[in-house]
Amino acid sequence: MKTPVSHLLRAAALTAVLGGTALFVHAANEVTGAGASFPAPLYGKWADSYHKATGVKVNYQSIGSGAGIKQITARTVDFGATDMPLRPEVLARDGLVQFPTVIGGVVPVVNVQGVAPGQMRLTGPVLADIYLAKITKWNDKAIADLNPGLSLPNADIAVVRRADGSGTTFLFTNYLSKVSEEWRTRVGEGTAVQWPTGLGGKGNEGVSAFLQRIPNSIGYVEYIYAKQNKQSHTLLRNAAGNFVAPDDTSFKAASADADWGRAAFGEILTNQAGKDAWPITGATFILMHRLQDKPAQGAAALRFFEWAYQNGDRTAQELEYVPLPDSLVRKIQASWADIKDGAGRPVFSGK
Amino acid sequence: MKSSIEKARTGDLIFLNLTRTFAAFTLLVLFAIVVSLVWSAMPSIREFGFGFLTSSEWNPPAERFGALVPIYGTLATSIIALIIAVPISFGIAIFLTELSPVWLRRPLGTAIELLAGIPSIVYGMWGLLVFAPLFGEYAQPWIAKTLGQIPLIGNLFTGPMLGIGVLAAGIILAIMIIPFIASIMRDVFELTPAMLKESCYGIGGTTWEVVWRVVLPYTRVGVIGGIMLGLGRALGETMAVTFIIGNASIFINYSLFQPGNSITSALANEFAEATPGLYTAALIELGLLLFLITVVVLSLSRLLLHSLDKR
Repeated sequence: MKTPVSHLLRAAALTAVLGGTALFVHAANEVTGAGASFPAPLYGKWADSYHKATGVKVNYQSIGSGAGIKQITARTVDFGATDMPLRPEVLARDGLVQFPTVIGGVVPVVNVQGVAPGQMRLTGPVLADIYLAKITKWNDKAIADLNPGLSLPNADIAVVRRADGSGTTFLFTNYLSKVSEEWRTRVGEGTAVQWPTGLGGKGNEGVSAFLQRIPNSIGYVEYIYAKQNKQSHTLLRNAAGNFVAPDDTSFKAASADADWGRAAFGEILTNQAGKDAWPITGATFILMHRLQDKPAQGAAALRFFEWAYQNGDRTAQELEYVPLPDSLVRKIQASWADIKDGAGRPVFSGK
Repeated sequence: MKSSIEKARTGDLIFLNLTRTFAAFTLLVLFAIVVSLVWSAMPSIREFGFGFLTSSEWNPPAERFGALVPIYGTLATSIIALIIAVPISFGIAIFLTELSPVWLRRPLGTAIELLAGIPSIVYGMWGLLVFAPLFGEYAQPWIAKTLGQIPLIGNLFTGPMLGIGVLAAGIILAIMIIPFIASIMRDVFELTPAMLKESCYGIGGTTWEVVWRVVLPYTRVGVIGGIMLGLGRALGETMAVTFIIGNASIFINYSLFQPGNSITSALANEFAEATPGLYTAALIELGLLLFLITVVVLSLSRLLLHSLDKR
């Protein structure tokens, strides 16, 4: 898939490459990206506003993180998007750089008679044992001890999880692997895992549908789905030992202490130490080639993200994503100097 | 005069070669698909060998893959669908060709063709939101009490009654393939010469005898073709199955009440998020297996027709 670049613009880009001057303003009028479905609604909104503001079209295809990685590796798109950050050695092998765009949260939801949103308290190990089918009844001592105020039914727990591979599942299983040794060794983490039990729903919608239909069920969805469908999310005990509710404050708290420099921004924000941190939080990432064979396209993509970091926070919050802190955005923009053209010059110099 | 004949000949020649190219193109595409499937599945084939067919493990984080669960799901749902759909379609076709009042034939026939045109995702949504709750609430307890008590096959009807699972998926598939099988059966039944049927009626045959002894033997090739078409659709159906089969990639037991997985459903669910490498290769090998299953089914039906012709 080639994006149309007019001859004139291509000539301008060429001049810029040869002349070494930053002449990339509006060098490309169409940018393509593909990948993760979790941030797709936001990228769509951003692209729409950006098009109105600048006339540049950003074409984002929500095809899944794995497919996004394949597309960017094959250079069919200008940027890829993934919910599961790549490890530094993989980035180095494929010549990619990554940076986060927004933060979101995954929340456990339950459908138990008489349990309102935010009433049930769970801990990571208990959640892991439910998904390992070691805790099978709602009135199991482990759950009852955490919830002395609730009258829990003597009913089997119907476990619901995602059937399709997804970044949501990655965050959820990554968290369970951090809090339960048995989960880590028996199941592990990934966009899809071998679930020891449960029904698979397709997408967040599928899980939500099962949750509403099946009494005494438990599932996990992205925060926005729990909120929109008014489902009973649970509280979770975080690494600091506090029971916290999922909202933008607790998502933000999870990102506060992250060490973004450690693994090329590939930070997974689950089970963070902050006292208010929501334990199943994660960022979503953009992937780009370190060496741009079409520098004008690379610059146009970076210009879009620069605009989004500056002007896109309110849109993000409206859609229940949490924008990145300014300090992190500055670090990300500094890292863009690594994205270079064939002659070794950064394709985008920013303001 | 002569030149116009020659012109027509040249035209024929061009036409012949054109159609020949198109036919060859089909073969070429088929060949290309097989080659690219085998090529892309190679890492998985090399890693797991024949164990891929017998292992029930599907563990992406550990990169250990086996196809037993999806193969079982695909075959079980398709067989259930056939067991239900074939007799019902047969009944529909007999009614439409032999028993129905003439004024009813057209509207009923059109209704069946309309059913065949409903997109599969609609069946999936309907199955998940309408059929599954009713099935779990009323039908499954009844099945467990009746069929579940029969020795040997009783074990197939035990387990959680959620309305979701292999049996539910098979029933939805049956509903989906009935229009196909029924309309083909109807079309071929109509081809039976009236004289043959009248002769049978003339010597005192009942409707049943006419259908069983005259119509069916006369049309068996078409009937089997229709069933195979239905089976092919059942094997390859994706969306409706994904919604209702439960998508469990772990093998608990053979019970049809358990959630399972089918090859197409596993592919649809996992392909987009699969990381490049062994995981993707294993998924492509699943696709290759589905292709092989289809080839085997088609060949078996050819063999069956062949042996019928000999008799």
